[in-house]
Amino acid sequence: MKALEVESRILLAHGGGGRLTRDLIATEIVPRFGDGPLRGLPDAACLPVEAGEMVFTTDGFVVQPLCFPGGNIGDLAVHGSVNDVAVSGGCPLWLSLALIIEEGLPLHTLRTVLNSVKSAAEACGVTVATGDTKVVERGQCDGLFITTTALGRRLPGFRIAAANARAGDRVLVSGGLAEHGMAVMCARKNIGIEQGPLSDSAPVHRLVAALAPLAQSVAWMRDPTRGGLASVLNELVDAASVGVSLREADLPLSAGVRAVADMLGLDPLHVASEGRVVLVCRPEAADEALQRWRALPEGAGACEIGRVVAGPTRVTMETTAGGLRLVDMPRGELLPRIC
Amino acid sequence: MTMRYIDGFRSSAAAAALASRIRDSAARLQTDGRAVTLLEVCGTHPLAIARHGIRDLLPPNVSLVSGPGCPVCVTPPGYIDTAIALAERGITLATFGDMLHVPGSEATLCDCRAEGGRAEACYSPLDALRIAAERPREEVVFLAVGFETTTAPVVSLVPRAHAAGVENLSILTAFKLVPPALRALLDDPEIRIDAFLCPAHVSAIIGPEAYAPFSGPNGVPCVIAGFEPLDILLGLDGILRQLAGGQSRVENQYSRVVRPGGNPKARAVMDAHLRPTDAEWRGLGVIPHSGLTLRDEWSAFDAERRHGVPVLRGHIDETCRCGDVIKGKIRPPDCPLFGTVCDPDHALGPCMVSAEGACAAHFKYGLLETP
Repeated sequence: MKALEVESRILLAHGGGGRLTRDLIATEIVPRFGDGPLRGLPDAACLPVEAGEMVFTTDGFVVQPLCFPGGNIGDLAVHGSVNDVAVSGGCPLWLSLALIIEEGLPLHTLRTVLNSVKSAAEACGVTVATGDTKVVERGQCDGLFITTTALGRRLPGFRIAAANARAGDRVLVSGGLAEHGMAVMCARKNIGIEQGPLSDSAPVHRLVAALAPLAQSVAWMRDPTRGGLASVLNELVDAASVGVSLREADLPLSAGVRAVADMLGLDPLHVASEGRVVLVCRPEAADEALQRWRALPEGAGACEIGRVVAGPTRVTMETTAGGLRLVDMPRGELLPRIC
Repeated sequence: MTMRYIDGFRSSAAAAALASRIRDSAARLQTDGRAVTLLEVCGTHPLAIARHGIRDLLPPNVSLVSGPGCPVCVTPPGYIDTAIALAERGITLATFGDMLHVPGSEATLCDCRAEGGRAEACYSPLDALRIAAERPREEVVFLAVGFETTTAPVVSLVPRAHAAGVENLSILTAFKLVPPALRALLDDPEIRIDAFLCPAHVSAIIGPEAYAPFSGPNGVPCVIAGFEPLDILLGLDGILRQLAGGQSRVENQYSRVVRPGGNPKARAVMDAHLRPTDAEWRGLGVIPHSGLTLRDEWSAFDAERRHGVPVLRGHIDETCRCGDVIKGKIRPPDCPLFGTVCDPDHALGPCMVSAEGACAAHFKYGLLETP
């Protein structure tokens, strides 16, 4: 086995199944992830089966640039799938990791990303159980694409469905919105904004677990990723035949996020977060849910932003100017490749 | 105390006070039995008005209609046809993203791209210079649309490219001038406009003086307003107070940006490279001297002349009523296509294509009256 030089680049042969592939796996994958079910590099992982229900999800990540303020494609790929399991009321346990690498990717970039995958997985309490590495010709992908699949155990008590939402329920978010999307946009060379917002990319499983004692009062949860808050709330009202009324003054949008969104002509309600939860809960549980969230560092910015109302299935917002506006679904390729 | 510009013009208390003054003026008009129609000249105004829920604050005898103020909205189909013809010759197009969805006579640039045409979305005209410099063997054409606000920075690409020895970049011009369009609207006997809400950033270039011909005894109130909620309310307040008092002056409510005389430096850059020309506006037709094209000495940078593909008259789907929306003759929901076959996902007309288009703004934010 030959260790790779730091200044090297990934070659097509690293994905060819031959000696270089074996070297790449042996030097870069096994030392980071080889202690669990990956030991001995079997074709498939064997996992213990528990009683009850499993929660299972998959997601592809094509973010550009690969590294952005506050994270990179590696931790994003872990958080993305782990968070989907978590907001479905699951405790994430296992992860798969599939890499599609463009020929010529600097090895140090791959190492940075894999280190982030490892530390993010540890922070989330998940184990990388299986994976795959492919290399494609230059121009056939853009640096690195990652697909992760997460498998978790359903937490008792949670029954999360949009149809559970009813008039009077409260709408809460666990922290500042739209920070990930704005951070990635600012990191693009052609935008040229320095010191923009940091990505909020982070795991949300502890936020979900903190709500377990209130599980009976939780109607619905989502992570407001692509399409932002507007997108998930519009999906909620469509599915639940209720309306949602927001108050602009209560939205946790940092001055940095609002400034960048204004400059780029974007509505921050359409911009993704990657470490936040939107919660709809019964009104009597709202205060305790906020207290539980605010006790965690990742929930320090939690707040109530609106309520579920009877009436037309639409999301409206009382603006700071004192008017009322519709909060519609985003349309078109608003922000390509932010996750 | 330092001013936080991000919040400074969004105060709820100040908004409520202005809304109350607006209602008072409207009530004075109401006692005379008057309902008034204000034309938002600039495309960012309807977008901001919808986003901040300002229409909701206006009394029923005050109507807002959206004028021609989005450069994408008024780009004629023949221009898109020419851009597609350039792409089909293997030329790389660089363009502001909204243009990708504007319908030409037969297709959009998005369709063209899906069939292999190269059209790259840019945030800055300088991206086009970078693309051209990085790929010396490709011909690059920047789609140069815009009003006075964007004209100077876009046309300054030409001397920059010249100075840098970048010889593979040219621009396809569809620069438009706002004052001739206002004249055409005021002179149209089918349209009744009681006042102009004048654009913020266009005015920063042309100066408040440019509206003098539209005000005065035979004119209407012309009030320049910015795009923050308080700016807009202050602008509307100014208009309604003039109307209630029987005045028709030019008033600058955006004095922190718009200065007397405008921006002579930007106008000098425009003057040095461009000359007036007749221009086709989608929905308004050809308006004399309402466009700008490159002067002959810069013709090597003029994509039409360089590549021999003149912009011809295209054709528009006859059921699309964007023209009447731009003229302020109908409101977006009055078009039979609005929200039925034409929506932001499947835009037929340009007013739905651009986020600043009157129909798109109304669709996204203004559907409260139609559950």
